[in-house]
Amino acid sequence: MNLTELKFGQKAIIEKVTDDDLSLKLFEMGLLPGESILLENVAPFGDPIAVLLSESKICIRLQDAASVQIKLIS
Amino acid sequence: MQKEITVALVGNPNCGKTSLFNALTGLNHKVSNFAGTTVEKKTGETRLSAGLKAQIIDLPGTYSLYPKSADELVTYEILRNKAENNYPDLVIFIADASNLKRNLLLFSQVADLGVPIILCLNMMDVAERKGIRYDIKLLEKELGVPIFAINARKQVGIDNIKSALLNDKLRVTAEYFKLDHVDIKMLEEVCKATDKRNKYAALQFAINASSLLSEKAQRIIQIFEKYNFDTRKFQEDEILARYQIIENIVKNARLINTSQLKNSLTHKVDEILTHRYLGIGIFLVLLLLVFQAMFSWSSYPMYLVEYIFSMVSGYIESHLPKGILSDLLVQGVLAGLSGVMIFLPQIIILFLFIAILEDVGYMARVGFMMDRIMRPFGMNGKSIVPLISGMACAVPSIMASRNIENKKERLITILVTPLMSCSARLPVYTLLIGMLIPDTAKWGPFNVHGLVLMVMYLIGFVAAIFSAWMFKFFIKQKQKNYFIMELPSYKMPVFSNLMITLYEKVGAFVWGAGKIIVAVSVVLWVLASTGPHGNIAKVEQKYATTINNESLPQNIREEAKLQMNAQKLEASYAGEFGKMIEPAIRPLGFDWKIGIALLTSLAAREVFVGTMSTIYSVNDDGGEETFSNIKTKMQADINSQTGKPSYSLATILSLMIFYAFALQCMSTIAVVKKETHSNKWPIIQFVYMTVLAYASSFLVFIMFS
Repeated sequence: MNLTELKFGQKAIIEKVTDDDLSLKLFEMGLLPGESILLENVAPFGDPIAVLLSESKICIRLQDAASVQIKLIS
Repeated sequence: MQKEITVALVGNPNCGKTSLFNALTGLNHKVSNFAGTTVEKKTGETRLSAGLKAQIIDLPGTYSLYPKSADELVTYEILRNKAENNYPDLVIFIADASNLKRNLLLFSQVADLGVPIILCLNMMDVAERKGIRYDIKLLEKELGVPIFAINARKQVGIDNIKSALLNDKLRVTAEYFKLDHVDIKMLEEVCKATDKRNKYAALQFAINASSLLSEKAQRIIQIFEKYNFDTRKFQEDEILARYQIIENIVKNARLINTSQLKNSLTHKVDEILTHRYLGIGIFLVLLLLVFQAMFSWSSYPMYLVEYIFSMVSGYIESHLPKGILSDLLVQGVLAGLSGVMIFLPQIIILFLFIAILEDVGYMARVGFMMDRIMRPFGMNGKSIVPLISGMACAVPSIMASRNIENKKERLITILVTPLMSCSARLPVYTLLIGMLIPDTAKWGPFNVHGLVLMVMYLIGFVAAIFSAWMFKFFIKQKQKNYFIMELPSYKMPVFSNLMITLYEKVGAFVWGAGKIIVAVSVVLWVLASTGPHGNIAKVEQKYATTINNESLPQNIREEAKLQMNAQKLEASYAGEFGKMIEPAIRPLGFDWKIGIALLTSLAAREVFVGTMSTIYSVNDDGGEETFSNIKTKMQADINSQTGKPSYSLATILSLMIFYAFALQCMSTIAVVKKETHSNKWPIIQFVYMTVLAYASSFLVFIMFS
């Protein structure tokens, strides 16, 4: 599944980023394979979303979040 | 002789770098350009001992040494070139302890360039609240560089850093990432092509050169092709390898980690401030509050400024011999200056509010909420910061657009930011609104002035959005656009940081506006009190008999004096200039006096008020009334051709619209030229804004007359 399908209260592990243009930027920001991720917030028009990584919070558009592959845990 | 060392501050955005810079240098800093470049540097000085000073360079926050935006490029440019004069003797790396792994990614890249480096762990308190603590001794041993725990916002641990700068033994280098898996032959060729000995520095520079297509790009691309070297793959591997190295180091030194920041204060605050339905409403209420504050809090300090100016001019008049010098100072310079400086309290309030919103971390949330709205207009969430701070001043706002990665989105943001109503328009609007509506008018709990002013700001915003939408179709680009931004944890605003920001920004406004106003006032005063062919003397002669005839009633003599003053101005050089352009502006409802003000305020909008003050006080006999309201004088002004008031409703509205849209600001033109590295964009911007201003004013004038 990808990041846009993550629901509030679910915890997931990032598997990979499929968009080559985005992966470098996301990795640098701390969104990288193996990190856990939580959905924190949704902006007023449903897009972008804010996600919690282990140590920081970043926001990302749905179209970009679609390239982040995740796996649900617990 | 004094020795000096150069120290660069490097770190991620939001790591507290600016706080540390302020704590180290106080008010002792300046912004200038690196010699021969357009790269800007913010430097400050700090004395370490009797014989040693440190020149501290504050570099823009960045996430890596592979720059993706204009501000990241600045940091990279400074660190890449050892031969450069400003290449640091030492890097102070500031890391947010609550987000250590990601911060150490950049740290390890910078260290691998071979520059001596020390690490400052900032925000240990935030980390502890998140349940994270580090064994600093162990971390120091594992990383192999000196580490200092500091709290930059509370100025804790600053002296330790200063004494560390004095200690040569602490100037060590470290290496973390090995290039073992890269073809050594290629590395040697890259080192040769880039003139660098450090292999990582050479390869890193080469990769950036090939993607930015800067110097030596051709040569480097050839080398990469020869060895089949995939730069993107390499960067990805590099980042992941670095995270692995860092995790191994950090995990031993990490004492407690309950992980994930759920239930933190930031989380709770965000639930409300960025709420799906409430969020934007809260933002609008905040803006409304700012405008009301600008009006209700500023009246007493404004009286104070007015009082000071009238004291000074009274003092000059009574102590200088009556004559040209005293007239020039009082009617020219002081009248012009006071017209603008009286708005200082309002400008300070506006700058202060914006500084607070930035400092606590709210601006990033506004970006998050507004991204979806900005997207159809060719901008992104990050554009909201330049647009909002554009309400204070377009110049720093245009520079604030540097963190927008996408070139097209950044360019559009730069082009439309000056349409946001800046503080220089405030004096113009306030004066003109005051002519339409009495100060005391209330609508419910709100001051009507404040509401009309908010409408003017809204008009500016709508124009900006609309123009952005137009530009979206004209500007081409292939770069991918994305919006990935960190939402930093909320922080309490720090008084000293706010004061320093305010001091810098208000100082720049006062100094910049002051210089132009003094110069323009002097020239204008001369042009308004002298005229061609002795015309002014002729006017004086014509009225002399009436005015000096003491047997006539007082009111007839007063009337004659007013008429004489009006005709004197008309006969002056300034009057001639104004009349020359009058045909061009008559369709907008402007007369030659407004024409003079339009010409003088081409350099800066606020000069309008100064010009009006100067024009109407040259008209005046000086004395106590010099500082009486320009507003009243303008309202009383009669158009000599129509016999009706010069400032009708239609004229005032048309004038407000003109000032809302026209690009009358030299500093903006200069900064756009610098930020876009071109002449083309400032010219396009000047032209479209002038056309927009002229056409809209024309329409408004027709609609209301």
